[in-house]
Amino acid sequence: MKGFDVKRFAALLQAGHGGRLGIVYHDHDGTAPEPWVELALPYAADQVGDPVRGVIASGPIVTLMDMATSMAVWAKRGRFAPHATLDLRIDYLRAATPGRTVIGRGECYRLTRSVAFVRGQAHDGDPADPIAHVAGTFMLLDAAA
Amino acid sequence: MSALPPYADLLGLTLERDVSGAPIMAMPFNDGVLGRPGFLHGGAIAGLLEVAAIAALRHALAAEGEATIKPITVTIDYMRGGRDKTTRAAGVVTRLGTRIANVEATAWQDDRDRPIAAARMNYLLTRA
Repeated sequence: MKGFDVKRFAALLQAGHGGRLGIVYHDHDGTAPEPWVELALPYAADQVGDPVRGVIASGPIVTLMDMATSMAVWAKRGRFAPHATLDLRIDYLRAATPGRTVIGRGECYRLTRSVAFVRGQAHDGDPADPIAHVAGTFMLLDAAA
Repeated sequence: MSALPPYADLLGLTLERDVSGAPIMAMPFNDGVLGRPGFLHGGAIAGLLEVAAIAALRHALAAEGEATIKPITVTIDYMRGGRDKTTRAAGVVTRLGTRIANVEATAWQDDRDRPIAAARMNYLLTRA
């Protein structure tokens, strides 16, 4: 059993930006070869970036995916350790449907001494019809110089 | 220039102008944009960059009439941790095409020449 408790950590996220957006735990598998974590972002009118269409801004989805992929890194490492986002790219395949909760799934597919490589997808009900794909890297701040 | 969207209010953003009239977005530090203790959340920085990029694009489009703007790709590079102070961001439209706009945005705190993050965005435009 890994030493990073995903559900317990997610419950602590009420503070800060993720809590402000209402991001909560959805599902995870910390023992898979590529551990993954899913978080949920409920639809909220104050996150709308396009008032005409009622579509939420991309910022909340970046936050969701940054957090889901971060937690996948800690699940893979088996512990929490500080890291900093180096870069994150998001491809928007389609707009999120207004009113629907967005589920973000993050995976850590490679870990080196100083860098974690992550990827993920976001969907709003059907994983086979994703709204976004992400790829990113984190610098591990506790790595030996 | 349209009014700022609800998400800009969530982040606490205010609109400023540089000497040429181009928009600059300012985000005060507060608990709602906090990531790890003492630092801004990368997602909040991304949100600030996005709002700044769209403001720059609307500013550029103002002379040509309105258009709907949809993000296609967003790539964010994080250079420095965001500390406990106001962060500003501005966008530059590098190409304004008929259907595609390329926008770069940077975010800084004390010194505009020392950005904390930068982003490249490609947007799909539907002209009115």
